[in-house]
Amino acid sequence: MAQASYPDDLLYHPEHDWARFDDSDPAGLVATLGITWYAQDALGEVVFFDPPALGTTLAKDASYAEVESVKAVSDVVAPVSGEIVEVNEALSQNPAVINEDPYGEGWLVKVRVSDPAERDALLDAASYRATLSG
Amino acid sequence: MPSTLRRTALFDRHLAAGAKMVDFAGWEMPVFYGGPSALLEEHIAVRDACGIFDVSHMGEIETSGPAALELLQRLLSNDVSKLAVGGAQYSVLCREDGGVLDDLFTYRLDSERYLTVTNASNHERDLAWFQSQAEDFDGVQVSDGIEDWAMLAVQGPLAREIVQAVSDSPLPARMSVHTRRLAGAEVLVCGTGYTGEDGVELLCAPADVPALWDALVRRGAKPAGLGARDTLRLEVCFHLYGNDLCVERGPIEAGLGWCCKEDTGFIGSEVVRAQRAGGTAERLVAFTIEGPGIARQGNPVVGGGEVTSGTMSPCLRTGIGLAYVPSEHASVGTHLEIDVRGKMRPAVVKDKPLYRKGS
Repeated sequence: MAQASYPDDLLYHPEHDWARFDDSDPAGLVATLGITWYAQDALGEVVFFDPPALGTTLAKDASYAEVESVKAVSDVVAPVSGEIVEVNEALSQNPAVINEDPYGEGWLVKVRVSDPAERDALLDAASYRATLSG
Repeated sequence: MPSTLRRTALFDRHLAAGAKMVDFAGWEMPVFYGGPSALLEEHIAVRDACGIFDVSHMGEIETSGPAALELLQRLLSNDVSKLAVGGAQYSVLCREDGGVLDDLFTYRLDSERYLTVTNASNHERDLAWFQSQAEDFDGVQVSDGIEDWAMLAVQGPLAREIVQAVSDSPLPARMSVHTRRLAGAEVLVCGTGYTGEDGVELLCAPADVPALWDALVRRGAKPAGLGARDTLRLEVCFHLYGNDLCVERGPIEAGLGWCCKEDTGFIGSEVVRAQRAGGTAERLVAFTIEGPGIARQGNPVVGGGEVTSGTMSPCLRTGIGLAYVPSEHASVGTHLEIDVRGKMRPAVVKDKPLYRKGS
């Protein structure tokens, strides 16, 4: 997408990652993770995403994957801790979807959240947007 | 960006075209124009049609006078006596120990007048080196031309047609240089480039370059930034100083023995002669990654050596690069392993260039 966009139904990490939480699974809180419009715009067209393995444990604020453009490599930081339960396999064929639809088809992984309280430390769209204008 | 960065005469054109600007060797230069897919689009435009690059950050040194040839023969690795008026020649500039100070194109503009184009990051050092060596010669003037010249590279299969349309007379052939009037301005037209495509490089007064840029863009040359310039040159395995060349390495290990003519006695020629005869511990090879992953500058090669340039090739759709490896691992077909931030990526040594038209 060409214009900056930060949907209100997501929560954000200041390192330019987003999380969409789903409380509907009785087994526990699940979060879908991705990178923000700002991150993909700064990086350029994504040409490679190397997904972590299913079952990998994520630690909040730590890098769990890399996305690469022609020019640069960027770490992807976990907004919450948890265990990877699904990876977006379609990205291996067409990683540029991360640019085209960063909050939809360009999601990266889904995690089972280990500490639901971490959700409260994330930024809402307005607060994240404010970090970008500084 | 710090305001101390230098700007070319096309700075406003770049901003108007939506360029992302970066600091490159102290210059504020466009890396690509527009959104995330711009770099790849610019790369493909040069391979399929025509791109135009502002390379005015590159430096120029003018060497003139009766002893100009004698001085250049001492400085440059190639045989400058073979350079005819209106010709272009590639060479390296070596220290006494054979280390490479820069790689350069030299154009012979007149019988006693030469113009050498330097890399932006090396210009001041090159100029000081030229001037200090010139003290040993009578009848030669070395002058800094960086304020006198703006430079454009117009590259791609349609480049000549587009430039010809604004020229008063036929363009010079490959590896030749002639003055032409383009869009009303006096321009040095050089049949050279850094992309592996046909095309020309244009040198003119900075005041004339905006109108020339506009005329060529209007005829279909697509503005392209330093990002595409890097991926284009790497696909065809042209060296980038600061990545693949440095003072700690000589031209033989860099694969540039072809532009070194030791019999001319250039500075560093004895070391180059010895390295050509005796071999070097490492050699610069081209490689492709087998499978996923992109090697980058600084990634170690398992068993010795390191990547000096690496990217995703827009044309080959795979990771490519250049690496110094032990000479026993340098033959085409050798399997390498590259440590890409902790992940071992298999790679294979390939023939240069990595990309060929129609392949």
